[in-house]
Amino acid sequence: MDLKLRVWRQGGAAGPGGFKEYNARGISEEASFLEMLDIVNEELTMAGEEPIAFDHDCREGICGTCGLMINGQPHGPQQGTATCQLHMRKFGDGDTIIIEPWRALAFPVIKDLVVDRSAFDRIVEAGGYISVDTGSAPDANLTPVPKEASDAAFDAAACIGCGACVAACPNSAAQLFTSAKIGHLNLLPQGQPERLTRTAAMVDTMEEFFGSCTNHGECESACPQGISLDYIAQMNKDYLRSQLADLRRSGQK
Amino acid sequence: MTITIDSKVPAGGIAEKWDNHRFSIRLVNPANKRKYKVIVIGTGLAGASAAATLAELGYEVEAFTFHDTARRAHSIAAQGGINAAKNYPNDGDSIHRLFYDTVKGGDYRSREANVYRLAQVSNEIIDQATAQGVPFARDYGGLLDNRSFGGAQVSRTFYARGQTGQQLLLGAYQALARQVGLGTVKLHVRSEMLEVVMKDGRAAGIVTRDLTTGEVSSHSAHAVVLATGGYSNVYYLSTNAMTCNVTAAWRAHRKGALFANPCYTQIHPTCIPASDEFQSKLTLMSESLRNDGRIWVSKTAGDTRLPSQISEDERDYYLERIYPSFGNLAPRDVSSRAAMRMIDEEKGVGPLKNGVYLDFADSIGRLGKETIEARYGNLFEMYERITDENPYQGPMRIYPAPHYTMGGLWVDYNLMTNIPGLYSIGEANFSDHGANRLGASALMQGLADGYFVLPYTIGDYLADFLNTTPVPTTDPVFTEAEKAVGDRTRRLLDTKGSRSVDWFHRELGKIMLEHCGMARSRSGLEKALSEIPALREEYEKDVRVLGEADDLNQALENAGRVADFFELAELMCRDALDREESAGGHFRVEYQTEEGEAQRDDVNFSHVSAWEWNAGASATKHAEPLEFEYVKLAQRSYK
Repeated sequence: MDLKLRVWRQGGAAGPGGFKEYNARGISEEASFLEMLDIVNEELTMAGEEPIAFDHDCREGICGTCGLMINGQPHGPQQGTATCQLHMRKFGDGDTIIIEPWRALAFPVIKDLVVDRSAFDRIVEAGGYISVDTGSAPDANLTPVPKEASDAAFDAAACIGCGACVAACPNSAAQLFTSAKIGHLNLLPQGQPERLTRTAAMVDTMEEFFGSCTNHGECESACPQGISLDYIAQMNKDYLRSQLADLRRSGQK
Repeated sequence: MTITIDSKVPAGGIAEKWDNHRFSIRLVNPANKRKYKVIVIGTGLAGASAAATLAELGYEVEAFTFHDTARRAHSIAAQGGINAAKNYPNDGDSIHRLFYDTVKGGDYRSREANVYRLAQVSNEIIDQATAQGVPFARDYGGLLDNRSFGGAQVSRTFYARGQTGQQLLLGAYQALARQVGLGTVKLHVRSEMLEVVMKDGRAAGIVTRDLTTGEVSSHSAHAVVLATGGYSNVYYLSTNAMTCNVTAAWRAHRKGALFANPCYTQIHPTCIPASDEFQSKLTLMSESLRNDGRIWVSKTAGDTRLPSQISEDERDYYLERIYPSFGNLAPRDVSSRAAMRMIDEEKGVGPLKNGVYLDFADSIGRLGKETIEARYGNLFEMYERITDENPYQGPMRIYPAPHYTMGGLWVDYNLMTNIPGLYSIGEANFSDHGANRLGASALMQGLADGYFVLPYTIGDYLADFLNTTPVPTTDPVFTEAEKAVGDRTRRLLDTKGSRSVDWFHRELGKIMLEHCGMARSRSGLEKALSEIPALREEYEKDVRVLGEADDLNQALENAGRVADFFELAELMCRDALDREESAGGHFRVEYQTEEGEAQRDDVNFSHVSAWEWNAGASATKHAEPLEFEYVKLAQRSYK
């Protein structure tokens, strides 16, 4: 199939950016979206134009490195699918495809379609862990975890940290990402001792970088892992508790 | 330099060696640990777990990754699980059995002492990961569940749906993030190590390139740890992530670190077959699928019928037929070669005749679709996304693809290379898997090295350097290394040839897959050894890398990695040619049993081949003899 691409090209965070048009010709329906870009890049290289920079790595939908705004949708038209798992059979011959980087103040453009998502790491560093030094763990079966709790924790832990939720949000809020990280740990018995301090620290850090949630729900439908808005509700509840609880008396401070 | 190979395997019975060793090696007093600086390259399972643990112990740690965050490494894509000798299912497992299975699975080409230690610490890994919040699968009583994997007759594999690697890596990443937040680890992202720096025969530090700005800078430390993964991307098409590369290990090799058993590569039997020439990578489907899927082809060569039109008695469930006791769970190398034979006999399936069927109809009939969905739902979805075929309705098509590399930097029992102060952990080293890795053992080894081995053994080396400061980065050894990195970058940009980096990489991959892939022969390897240098020369003259050095330049990054793959490819072929036997993933067609299984030569090749780099000349082989005191050498049989 033949396609017309309108691709955002930008030198750096400060530099001006703009759309450039390219033709992708003779693309197979079996090709993945990123393989289509590989082909375009190879042609650009041969024509003496610098290839389009885009982030990607595992191409199995699990590392979370890739992420493109495709026709205004994070990761493109297929639900529950990261950009690297999107295949060209989802497009039609002659289509025009608009490709942009994630658009959010907290994710500055590094070059072309590559953005800096390190604000996510700041949120995790603030408390997205269970404090257990290597070697100090008890036997793994000492603490039974109800299967339902374990499964719910897993559903949150499946987050790949791609940033589609932020890109989809009209407020560039990171509630879905942050609540997934919090939900994973707060649902498990192992995560209880730090539950409230974790929630408060991570939410406060999130607020330093990202916009506020106004319950649009765009994030959930953009999420390639299908992470549920329910985790945001749980996070809000835990955050409220963290603010209300007598931190000293509950042994948290 | 003169090289002496000393594996430093401690004395004593196999079960006591690790204990004895921990008692006899030197320790660094807790108050003194902060006086030492350690550099860790790579933040996958091995690197992240090592960096976090070293920092918890009190060392000053600087960690580097070329990814945009420490959570992206390809460990994340491991699906199936992690082995441990917990024996929770009460089915007869033990540390000794895990040890024995792993040595046997590796076709008796690994170091006994290392493997035993791996089995010993395996249980601690499960405890640690569970405490970190890794959501391993549980049964309804709330306790941990296990499943079986290839090469074992017990259920010892812990798993987290089909995303075990992701969950374990997130556990290690979170432990690392905690230390970064506490200020005990300085983490550099989008930063690629391009040179190891030595001073007075010891590792003194590294040179990196900031991938965003192109800035080349030096970092010094008391010790350097390489946790930089494997080199399957030498084949171009593999299950590895696009950026997996050998550069860090290769730079160390060029500085004198021995590269061990480079020809031991693993072809994974359950990948989605390639659909076309432009394919950029191959996608793995977890080996755990073989628990419930049955592998078959038509008994008739050249059969073009749909699978549904081929009746039961016209099907050849060849793994069940040839290996009745292990059946569809035969080890990876054995299963891969069996698939290759089927395709050679023109029994391949799919539009390109490049696959075999993996069929779940029986399991769905027996257990119900719901159970199969709970076990493998995400894998089935992934399969459908890629192929547009629904595996609940018809069989999957699978084919072997390059996946894991058992070879790597030679290390002693302490995981130190032959360069003092330079360590290598995880897939980057050669140590525990012999000639073939069993499923669910990579996660085990990466985390064993990072959480439970290196953090102890490194103290023995560091103890000598109390109250010394690392070599300053103003030292000529650093400025010279920076210049070498800058020159190499310049050369790639100035070549201004006519072909892209990917074009060369694809050509190299074709040579390697044909001559140094699943089956190897003297004539093929000799052919490869004449083709690779010719292609490399062409690369040096004709590669086209556009853009600048002081900017994000992905083609430039790739160009440097492919240049190193060329040199590695040559060494792999040389090693494969030298090893005149078949063992595990290394299959020389000249050396096979009457049934077509790998035929080892224990008299002449029961050793590790550790290769020394010689600039401008062929590598020199150093042999580390392998002695087996506790495992009885045998022709592997999975019948």
